Amino acid sequence: MRQLHGLTISEAARLLAAGEISSQQLTRAVLERIDAIDGRIGAYITVAADTALAQAATADAALAAGRGTALTGIPLAVKDLICTRDLPTTCASKILQDFVPPYDAAVVEKLRQAGAVLVGKANMDEFAMGSSTENSAFQITRNPWNRNHVPGGSSGGSAAAVSADLCLGALGSDTGGSIRQPAAHCSVVGLKPTYGRVSRFGLVAFASSLDQIGPLAKDSRDCALLLNAISGYDKRDSTSVPRDVPDFVAGLKNDLKGLTVGIPAEYFDTRGIDAEVLAAVRRAIGTMETLGARCLEVSLPHAPYAVAAYYVIAPSEASSNLARYDGVKYGFRDHRQTDLMEMYRRTRTAGFGPEVQRRIILGTYALSAGYYDAYYRKASQVRTLIMRDFEKAFANCDVIASPVAPTPAFEIGAKVDDPLRMYLSDVFTLSANLAGIPALSVPCGFSSAGLPIGLQLSGPHFSEARLLNVAWQFEQATDFHLKKPPL
Amino acid sequence: MKITSEEILHVADLARLELDAAAARSLVPQITEILEYVDLMQQVDTSDVPPTTHAISLKNAFRDDVCRTHLENAAALENAPEKDAGCFVVPRIIG
Repeated sequence: MRQLHGLTISEAARLLAAGEISSQQLTRAVLERIDAIDGRIGAYITVAADTALAQAATADAALAAGRGTALTGIPLAVKDLICTRDLPTTCASKILQDFVPPYDAAVVEKLRQAGAVLVGKANMDEFAMGSSTENSAFQITRNPWNRNHVPGGSSGGSAAAVSADLCLGALGSDTGGSIRQPAAHCSVVGLKPTYGRVSRFGLVAFASSLDQIGPLAKDSRDCALLLNAISGYDKRDSTSVPRDVPDFVAGLKNDLKGLTVGIPAEYFDTRGIDAEVLAAVRRAIGTMETLGARCLEVSLPHAPYAVAAYYVIAPSEASSNLARYDGVKYGFRDHRQTDLMEMYRRTRTAGFGPEVQRRIILGTYALSAGYYDAYYRKASQVRTLIMRDFEKAFANCDVIASPVAPTPAFEIGAKVDDPLRMYLSDVFTLSANLAGIPALSVPCGFSSAGLPIGLQLSGPHFSEARLLNVAWQFEQATDFHLKKPPL
Repeated sequence: MKITSEEILHVADLARLELDAAAARSLVPQITEILEYVDLMQQVDTSDVPPTTHAISLKNAFRDDVCRTHLENAAALENAPEKDAGCFVVPRIIG
């Protein structure tokens, strides 16, 4: 048997249910792995050894009493912008450094009810703004496959933790690719669900019309297990959609015969796309054809405008959402103030890092008098056209295949001084957020330098079961998801 | 340049950020580059295209108007940087 920390959730659940291992053994194995490895990776902001072991003991009792679920006793990581009432929730920002939320996020309630063990809070770009996890106020996270490279972002800590076996699965959030891109860069499976599928109650808001919580896991079956646990309507989130949730694990059974895979000409025409990424994605599409899928060229004519629209909408919404950090109710306060305005200014200037301040300024400018029509309104209209493109494409195909990121993970420091170049690395992922559709990343190869490459599969609203099934079938025919980083 | 350092200082003030002149100047080329890139959108004909602010068509989300417990005062104040007598303390507002 493999070492316990190397197990998938499905494998561990089987052993736990059979009584062959205990959650306390499993949790200790993961905590020992974190002790041994995370100094070199930096995936966690907070490791919760004591509470995790207590939860594991409770899980063992539940399992012994026959009250286990698929996640009972499974050690998981949670991105540090998802509220946990017993652990700090920092958003990787100085402004929330000591913040311990008074309540759990809906998804954390659900994980706790399922008996999962929360081993810690994963590093991220500050307030999820970034594509490399270099914008964390506390630490960088290194890519387990090559520690000179970034893990991607903003859910870089979650992806690196899953990849390096520092947890069995994780939750992240995705506003423009923040689950899928780090999943691709770290060779794990990451899914952004449909907007409204998963409650955002207790998710610290970045861009409210785009944010969505989703799972990162070692394979698609584990991803399906996690999605089963966190999906569903929640009246506390007014964007939550009242709609039945299928059993995503039970959906992993259909072959790909009759499946039509759309290949968007615009995505394979993009300048600046790495040749090895393109080759790996084309080979992955070939594999799906071998499995019975039919490929069809589709067109997303407004795709070239997605980055522009996104980088108006997301900073605009962020500038509004982040107005709440004013040093009054929670979080950091600069105490040198003489009056209220000065307290606000000093608190926010000392509390927010450079990228967050840049986006607040950009968003405030885009929403300010005289510019609203040229920026936010225009971007929201382009967004409509991007949504219509997907509607038309999905009239003729079941899923769309594309790269996740134009290159494998870049080197640490390569883009920190060039925000626009960093933004352009989101070119393939952020359309799904603008359109609210689900999309996932599944490992589909490695560059000659040994860096992981991901295949992105996107589908119509609420088609997560289909996406997971296609990814699962792809995994049955390939072994990329089984490869482990050299640690 | 699409934006001047005076405009950046004005916007920073609206956003309650305290930039010095040097910080504002260093943001000018970065914000300009982003705004110039964003202008790509102007190529798209959006006449008669309604804006989308919500990707999923949901009607107004109503809930029943029922009493329920809210966060206790002590819990709400738990993270306050300064508090007194069950209240958040802020610097003097009226001189």
